[in-house]
Parts: sequence; structure tokens; C-alpha cells
Amino acid sequence: MSGHPSTARDAAAVATVAAQPGSGRRSFLSMLGGAQGPLIGLVLLCIGFSLSTHVFLTLRNALNVIDQSTTLGILALGMTGVIIIGGIDLSVGSILALSIMVLGWLPQDYGVPFPLALLIAIAVGGVCGLVNGLLVTRARLPAFIATLTMMSVARGAANITTDGQQVVGYPDWFTSLATERYLGVLSATVALFAILAFSAWIFLRFRATGRALYAIGGSAEVARLAGVKVRKLTVSVYVVSGLLAGIAAAVMASRLDSSQPSAGLGYELDAIAAVVIGGASLSGGIGSVVGTVIGVFIIGVLHNGLNLVGISPFYQQIVIGLVIAAAVTADTLRRRS
Amino acid sequence: MTPSDGQTGPVRLLLRGIRKAFGTNIVLHGIDLSIRPGEMVALLGENGAGKSTLSSIIAGLNRPDAGEMEWEGRAYAPDNPGDALENGIGLIHQEMKLLPDLSIAENVFVGRLPMRGGRVDRAWMRERAGAHLRALGLDVSPDRLVRGLSVAAQQQVEIAKALTLGARLLILDEPTAALGLAETEHLFAQVRRLKNEGVSFLYVSHRLEEIAQICDRIVVLRDGHLVATHDTAQVPVPVLLRDMVGRSIDRIFPSVQPPDTREVIHVDTLSSKSGAFRDVSFSVHAGEVFGIAGIVGAGRTELVRAIAGADPVSSGAIVLDGEALRTGQPDEAIRRGIVLVPEDRKGQGVVLDHSIADNLALGNADRIARSGWLTPDTVSRFAQELVQRLGVKGRPEQSARSLSGGNQQKVVIARWVARSPRVFILDEPTRGIDMGARAAIYDLIAGLAAQGMAVIVVSSDLEEVLGLSHRVMVLARGRQMGVLPRAEASNVRVMELATA
Repeated sequence: MSGHPSTARDAAAVATVAAQPGSGRRSFLSMLGGAQGPLIGLVLLCIGFSLSTHVFLTLRNALNVIDQSTTLGILALGMTGVIIIGGIDLSVGSILALSIMVLGWLPQDYGVPFPLALLIAIAVGGVCGLVNGLLVTRARLPAFIATLTMMSVARGAANITTDGQQVVGYPDWFTSLATERYLGVLSATVALFAILAFSAWIFLRFRATGRALYAIGGSAEVARLAGVKVRKLTVSVYVVSGLLAGIAAAVMASRLDSSQPSAGLGYELDAIAAVVIGGASLSGGIGSVVGTVIGVFIIGVLHNGLNLVGISPFYQQIVIGLVIAAAVTADTLRRRS
Repeated sequence: MTPSDGQTGPVRLLLRGIRKAFGTNIVLHGIDLSIRPGEMVALLGENGAGKSTLSSIIAGLNRPDAGEMEWEGRAYAPDNPGDALENGIGLIHQEMKLLPDLSIAENVFVGRLPMRGGRVDRAWMRERAGAHLRALGLDVSPDRLVRGLSVAAQQQVEIAKALTLGARLLILDEPTAALGLAETEHLFAQVRRLKNEGVSFLYVSHRLEEIAQICDRIVVLRDGHLVATHDTAQVPVPVLLRDMVGRSIDRIFPSVQPPDTREVIHVDTLSSKSGAFRDVSFSVHAGEVFGIAGIVGAGRTELVRAIAGADPVSSGAIVLDGEALRTGQPDEAIRRGIVLVPEDRKGQGVVLDHSIADNLALGNADRIARSGWLTPDTVSRFAQELVQRLGVKGRPEQSARSLSGGNQQKVVIARWVARSPRVFILDEPTRGIDMGARAAIYDLIAGLAAQGMAVIVVSSDLEEVLGLSHRVMVLARGRQMGVLPRAEASNVRVMELATA
């Protein structure tokens, strides 16, 4: 027992104050919505890697990092919504795999026109999300269990489509979406991520429905008694998370020009890590798109920088683990003071 | 102030010049206090007066900055609650700290499970816990899980736990806040018995009537100062109120104007799906305050939750302004103009970790958002205006958690006031709220009625229901026992019906 049993929650409370958009401050910092800490971390990382290797701070490498972060970034946007309502979605990596296999398999084995297969692949993601949402709201399974189920089922289904084989070769126009850089910088997939992130930011900050998601995460019962349609919104959030996993699958297929049933293995955990590094609370009610995007880039920059410096992937995993702990600790300490 | 001479016997606990500050905020300015064996001392004061800090210092949760304590003649400076318990001082907190998925016996002995031959001696534990529970009049098996026990029963488990530790001073923090009348009586009977056995009590409460019933002395704190000690509990209520708030309160309840004859809401033979109430019928008129009284478990909360759409009903109808209401949907009830200020403020009323502004916008998004757009500026302006209008002591960007209970309650009320609803339901509107803030809430309630709303007030505080309402409906075991007009609604009459 301690004299301040609710210190952590108090810290979170203070953080909400700090993150409050309503105080009339119109500065850039307030637009960050409480993600200043992660931003500082990202800048420090970039400075560190710039000093360690001259390759890091080049346009080419920066574009590389951004390209490599789009898939995770799109998954993390969906995860942000899920975590804000106090849920968790362990299935996004597997849904990505199922969608990417559907995308390769339907044209290859059934001659489905590619654009139609693309829509079906994304829709499959949405259907998986719908099942997640219904398991959570109707069957009243804890989100962890519901999405753990889907994680297993979708991965199995992904393997069944082609009996575990990969599919190679997509239309040129499709792969060029990830490779051709308009104005020398912006590929279509990166632009797509930017548009999705911007829309998510607008939605969560300025739409009444977006604000209601925070209320659900803060206290679902308070939200329900205040007239928020908690079940409907909860289902929608999981559907969107699934749809985004489908879109992320398309982006990945375009980048790799192939589909593998093992795609996206463990991505759900990276997505959760990005959201949490970005300052969201796993107990719900706190989180922001800006924070998540910064979290995604922290993970992207770490992988990229450590590769450039020549550190083995095994050590990279250790470093990323430590960064998650450090980010959340720093955040908690900053909020407490 | 020196310990009173009105009582005889040695002093069991003595406090001298206890000071405590949190940061720059001085919470206690040198408190002197003494408690004798078998004595019950009431600790009175508004929220923020320092009662909880003082209790937590005695119970080892906090350390004083200055001053000293003596316990049974020896210097006493507990480092933690375990120290305090070992010495014989137990704190029974208003929010229970039991482990819901362990049995009662395990809870009583948690942290010191009796061992025999390397294994937990369950038989002995069960027997000892059972004996203590029976002595406290709690007739349940010690093997039962704590989850699902009533608040009253949980409290007795806490007391049993402290007693098995040989507690000779029990600090009771708002022990009756969640209890009904019968349960309160029962608790008092046990407390009296323990007193006769020499156990001392420090009794922290807002309920002045109770204090007069069972305490021996009254100590009043205000802003961290000990402002009065009364060597008897028979102190006129106005005197105590003046001690607590530093000003004289002549009138607690505002006068309410006679209601309109226009019927706003009609509840027709409504029954709950869970069986918590059956066949309840009544109407409330515009400008009327309709009280609902009854003991805990009578179905009052369930009834008003059903009216507000929070719980499903099995039969019956709710007619609002002549038109039937779709039941079981809070959003529908709110849209039609029925709002509920729930009993459990922290769990159902406010999102604690969100700002006042966000809490106010919640439930009003459909009104203040323009085609679904809800900008921070809109929310901020909306909140600013409401905060001022209802006198919430806080800035809109401040978190709800940082507010006192009274101000949290004002936030919940403000959220609904902004909608100008037709039916305003308040369930236990002043539970755990201090005297000064209560008066403000009563004024708000009277104001709602004056604006022509139909107001329904549920309260376990009889004085409150009787003081505010035009008519009082009494529920007992889910059945409607009668509706009394104000003139006929006396304490005695209501209690007769409630316990019939």
C-alpha cells in the first residue's frame, strides 16, 4: 500500500491537461497534442545517427526510412483508434497476411481482374475487423482474446489460400505505386499514408465522433450513459483497423512485388509499440495520431540507423525493446513532474 | 488545546502539533488530539479540511512534517500501514481495499496466512474468521468470495480483519456513505459493542445526525486548523455547520415553488428485467421535485436507471410529453430529454482522466458540433460558459480527477443543464459531498424545477429527500409502497413504509 495509490493515473490526468486542445493555445506545440517527448526522442536519434554515419542524413536514406515505414504506419493508425477506446488488436499482422494472399491468389488461381482483387483484399480486412468487433461487443470477449483468435484464424487462412506458397509478380502500374517517386520524392504509397494519417488526425481531433472514442476509452460506462453509441463505435473502430490492415497489405504487395503468407508476422506488436511510444495509454482514453506517427518513425529510424551502423538484427531487437521501456518511462516521469 | 478533562482514564492516542504540507500547500497546521480507550471521537470538516490527511498520518500512510504522536504512553511514528496495524490501529477506508477474488477468510488473514506443516492452515483460518464475522453479526460463510458481497458486508470483513490483528483504535472513514438505514443501524450496534469492549474509534463523517447518535466527542477541522472541540456529541447542528464552514447556515434547503399541473413524464406499471422493481407507476409534473426514498436494495437506483435507458425493462411504459419512449437506450432517452446524474459519480458520471471541457462536451456533441465538427475552440468556449454558470471551481482544461466530489458532481449536472432537458434525474446527488457544496447542489436542483423541468431525486439521506421534494415515493423490495405529498412525508411515515 502506498500513500499515493493513483499516482500513475494522476500523471495521466495531468497529461490530459497538457494534451488538451481546448485551452485556446494555437501553437505548433499544442498541435502535437502531448507528443513533444517522443518528438524530442526522434530528433535526438536522428542527430545521433547523423553523427555516427554520414550515410544517414541523406535525402535518399530519409526517403528509404519513410518508404519502409508506410506499412507499419498504416497499421499503427488503426491501432491508435483501437488503443484509444481501451482495446487492443493483435490480429492486424495476420489480417495483413490474409489480405495480401487474397490479393495474389484471386488473380493467379481464379483469374479475378486485379483491381477487383484489390478491393476484395481490402474488404477481407474489413470483414476480419468486423468479426473482431462483434466478438468484443456481442460475445463480450476481452479484446485481447477476440483478436488473438483472429490472429490465429487469419494466419491459417492466409496459408490455406495457396497452401503456403508465395505469389510473385504484380502489374507494373501497381508496383510503380511504391517505386516511382513523383517530384523526385513522393511515391503514391507514401502519399497514401500521409493522406490516411492526416485524415485520422482530423477525425480524432476535430470530429465529434473522434472525440467520443476518447470518452469510450476513458470510461465506456460514462460514455454510454452520456448517449454515446459505444457498441456501434467499438465495432467501427475494429472494422477500420481491419480495413487499414488490408490497405497496408496492398502497400506491402506493391513494394515487394510478391505475396507471402508469412507477411506481417509480429507487425501487430510493432504497431502497438509505435502507438505506445507515441504517448498513448494502453488503458485507453489517451493517444494521438501525431504521437503514433512519431512512434512509427522512431522504430523506422532505429532499424535503419542500426543497420547503417552495422549492428546485427538480433541486437536491434534488444535496442527496440529498451527504447519502448525508455519512452514510456520518460513519458510517465515527464507527466508526473 | 489540551486533551479534554471531561473523560476519565488514560489517553490511548495523543497527537501534538501535527503538521503536514504537500508541496507549498499546508494541509495541517499543528493538530492536537487525544483519544481514550472505548471512546468514539468524531472528526468533522468539509472536504479539503484535512480529515483524510490526519487519518492517514495516524494510520501510517503519510508521515507528518512536524509534531509527535504517542500511542499507549509510548512514542509512535509508523512508517507504513503495517506498522500502524501492528500497534493496533486500523483504518477502514471508504473505498474498500479487499481482494475480490479471494475468500472472506483469506482476506481477513491476507499477508499473515496461518501456516501448519508448511501449508496454509485453512481450517483454523476459517474458524477464526467465522468467529469474528459472527461476532460482528455477519452471517456468511468465510469461504465465500468477497466479490459479490454487499458494501456493508465488505465493511464488516474489513473490521473483522482489523480486529483479528488486535486493533484497539479503528478509524472509520465515511463508513455509512454506501449503507442503507438498516445496515447503518447494524453497523452502529456493532460499533457500540466494540466500544464497550474498550475499542476506540475515530469517526470521519459528514452525517451530523449519525455523529450525534454514536460519538462521544466532536473535533472540527477547517482548512487544516482544529477549530473546535465539543466534549459531547449533543451539539446543535447549526453550531457544527458554522464550525465547519466558518459561517452560519440557517437554511440548507432552498424553497421550491409549487409545481405546474402539466404532466411531463408518466411511468406506467414499469418492471425491471432483473426483477429489481415491479409495477411502478407515477407521474411527475413540470416544475416538480419528485423524491424517491427507500433503503438500499429497494430498487431505487435500478428504477431511475431504467427510466434513463441505462438498463432494460421487461414490461410497462414510459410516456414523455404524451409520447411513448423507446426504453433501454440511453442515447434515445437523452435525445428525448431524460437525463440522469448517476449514483456512482467516478464510475459513471465523469471520465476522471479527461478535462472538465471534454467531460462537458460529452453528451452535448450533437448540440455544439456543427455538422459533426467539434473543434477544441468550440469545446473550450462551451465549457467556459458552463463552468461559470454553474460555479464549478476549476478551469476547463483541468482534469476531472483533480476536482473535489462536489465540483465533479457540478460537472455532471452542468453537462445535462446545457441540454435544457425535460426530466432531470439525480441519484444520490450529494453522496460524499461536503456541507458547503451540498447547499450549492440543492440550490441547483431547486433551480432546475423552477425552470419547469420535472426533477426526480433519489437519496438515502431522508432529510434531503424530504427537504427538497414536493412529493416522495417510497420503494421497498422493488415495490411501490406509496407516494406522499410533502405535508404528509415525515421521517417516521417514510421509514414505516420503507421498512414495511
